[in-house]
Amino acid sequence: MGAITVSNLGKAYKTYPTRLSRLAEWMLPFRGARHSLKWVLREVSFQVAPGEAVGLIGINGAGKSTLLKLITGTTQPTTGGVTMHGSVAALLELGMGFHPDFTGRQNAYMAGQLLGMSAEQISALMPQIEAFAEIGDYMDQPVRVYSSGMQMRVAFSVATARRPDILIVDEALSVGDAYFQHKSFDRIRQFRKEGTTLLLVSHDKQAIQSVCDRAILLDGGRLAREGRPEEIMDYYNAMIAERENETVRLNEAADGKVQTISGTGEATVADIALIDGSGARVEVVDVGSAVTLEVRVKVNAPIPRMVLGYMIKDRLGQTMYGTNTHLKDLPLDKVTAGEEVVYRFAFSMNLGPGTYSVATAIVSTETHLVNNYEWRDLALVFTVMNMRRPHFEGSAWLDPTVDIQRT
Amino acid sequence: MISPLMLRGLWAYRGFVLGSVKREFQSKYANAILGAVWSVLSPLAMILVYTVIFSEVMRAKLPGSESHMAYSIYLCAGILTWGLFAEIVSRGQSMFIEQANLIKKISFPRICLPLIVVLNALVNFGIIFGLFVVFLIVSGNFPGLAFFAIVPLLLVQVLFAIGLAMIAGVLNVFFRDVGQFVTIAMQFWFWLTPIVYPATILPPNVRPLLDWNPMAPLIQGYQAILVHGTAPDWAGVARVAVLALLLCAFGMRLFRKRAGEMVDEL
Repeated sequence: MGAITVSNLGKAYKTYPTRLSRLAEWMLPFRGARHSLKWVLREVSFQVAPGEAVGLIGINGAGKSTLLKLITGTTQPTTGGVTMHGSVAALLELGMGFHPDFTGRQNAYMAGQLLGMSAEQISALMPQIEAFAEIGDYMDQPVRVYSSGMQMRVAFSVATARRPDILIVDEALSVGDAYFQHKSFDRIRQFRKEGTTLLLVSHDKQAIQSVCDRAILLDGGRLAREGRPEEIMDYYNAMIAERENETVRLNEAADGKVQTISGTGEATVADIALIDGSGARVEVVDVGSAVTLEVRVKVNAPIPRMVLGYMIKDRLGQTMYGTNTHLKDLPLDKVTAGEEVVYRFAFSMNLGPGTYSVATAIVSTETHLVNNYEWRDLALVFTVMNMRRPHFEGSAWLDPTVDIQRT
Repeated sequence: MISPLMLRGLWAYRGFVLGSVKREFQSKYANAILGAVWSVLSPLAMILVYTVIFSEVMRAKLPGSESHMAYSIYLCAGILTWGLFAEIVSRGQSMFIEQANLIKKISFPRICLPLIVVLNALVNFGIIFGLFVVFLIVSGNFPGLAFFAIVPLLLVQVLFAIGLAMIAGVLNVFFRDVGQFVTIAMQFWFWLTPIVYPATILPPNVRPLLDWNPMAPLIQGYQAILVHGTAPDWAGVARVAVLALLLCAFGMRLFRKRAGEMVDEL
C-alpha cells in the first residue's frame, strides 16, 4: 500500500493559432491537426516506495504543480502514466471551494465530501477535526469572517482527518502561523511513522531535509536529479545562484558524500580546518570546547568587495548556525589577484553530539544571489562528542544552572 | 453512455452531490430573512404578471374555455415546466466554467457537476410545482388520474434538457460563444413554443413549424393534461424521447472525449 509509480510522464498543452482553428480541427478531423503542442513536462519517471518520503524541488515553472496535478489525477497526461496503490490525500489547494457564507463546520462537510467521504463519516470525525483546528467558536461562524490562517486550519484538519496511504503536500504548509505549522508538520511526521508515503513539494529546505528520505529536482519540465535531500538541496541552491553561466561541480568525497561547488571562481577556499585550543587540527570536538574555524581563501581575480560566510549544518542538512563577514561588518574591499586571506572564526562548540558539516560561500553582499564567487557545500565535516558532561538531548548545548525551591 | 467507472465515481461521491445540492439551495437564501420563501415568491410573481397581463389586460381567453382560471392553469402548466427545462440548459451550459477552480485543482468525478445541476433544478421545480398541484386540488381543478401522465413527460423533458446541457456545457468551455448563443436562443425558443399563447391562435401556414419544435409536444402535453384532463400526444412525445436519447448519447460521448482537454482549457 502507498506506492507511487510515475513512468515516462509527459504533459503538453494544445495551442491553436486562432480560435477558429480549433473549430476547424473538430469539424474537419480528416484535414489533420492544426494545433501545436507546448510541453511543460517530459519523460519524468520515478518511483516512491511504500512508506518513503520524497521531496520535489524546482524553481517556479519547473513543472512541479503540473506533476502533482497529474499524480492526483486532476489533469490527464499526454504521455506515460501514474499508478498508485492505496488511498490518496492531497493538500494542494487548502480551502479550495470554501463558501464564504457557510460556517466552518458546513465547509468542513463540503471539503470532506469533495474527498469522497460521506456525511456520517465526517460527522464521526468532526470532534477530532474541531480539536485539531483549534479555532473554538469560529467553527460555527461564516468563513468570510475567518482569517486566511483560520481557513487553512480547518482545511488542513479535514484533509488529514483520516490517515491516507499516500499524502501529497504542496507548499501549503507555509501558510498559517508558526504554531499551526509545527502542529501540522507533527501530524505529517506522525503519519510517516504509521507508514504513510509522502510526496512533498516545497522550497523550504528545512522541511524537505527534515522529513524526506529522498529528493527529486525538476528543471524545465524534466527530472534533473534524484538523490539524498542534502545533496539535491545543495545542487538546487547552486543552481539558483547559477543564473549567470557558471558551472556546478560535484566532487564525490571518500565517505560517499557529494560536495557541490559552484560559482564564478574569482576566489576559492584553498583550505578549511577546525583548530582546537592547542592549535592542532581536529575532526572530533568536545561539547562546549573553544575552537577556531580557519578558512584560507585564495584570490584568483580582483574582487571589489569580498565577504566570506559559513554555515554549520547537521546530518540532515538543517542549518545550526550561519554568519558572514558582511553581517559582522568586516568585508574586505579591493582584494587583488594572487592574494591569500586567512579568516579565523573563534567560538565555543555549543552543539549537541552528532556529525556536522560546514558550507562556505565567498560572495560580495549578504546573499549568494548577487555575486557568487564560490559556494562550497560540505567543505568540512566534523563530529561533536560529549566527553566530559552529563548526558543531554538535542543538537544544541544550552546548559542551564538549575535552581529548585521546595516549600 | 455512462460507463460503470462513472457510476462508481458518482456513487462514491454521492455525499458531495447531495451536499452540493443542499448547499446551493441554502446559499441562495442564507442571508435573506424570508429564506426559502423567496424560491416560491419569484415564480409566483411571474405567474401573476402573465395572468394579469394576458388574461385581464389583453382579454386573452383560451378558445373553447370561458373561465379565467383555465388560462392561469394553462399558463402555469407551460411556464413551470419550461422553467425546469430552461434552468437545466442555462445552468448546464455554464456548469464547467463556473466550477473551473474546482475542476482545475481538485480531482473528483466531473460527472457529478451535471448531476448537481439537474438535481438542483428538480428541487426548485418540485417546490413550485408542488404548490401548483396543491392549488389545483384546492380549487377543484385537479385532473384526476390523467395527472400521472405527467411523469413520463417530465422524464423525457429532463433527458432532453440533460442532452442539450451536456453538449452546450462542454462546447462552452472551448468556444465561449456557445454560452451567449444558448442564452439568446432560449429566449426565442420560449416565445416560439405555445406557452403563453395557444397554438390555435397561430396562422395555419405557421403552425406546421411547431412540428420542428421538440418542446412543443411536451408543453402541449402538460397543457392537455392539466387544463383538459386529456392524455398527451404520445406519438409526438415518443419522437422527442428518441431525440432526447440521441442528444444524451452525443453529449456523454463529447464529455468523455473532451473531459481531459477541458481541464487544460479552463
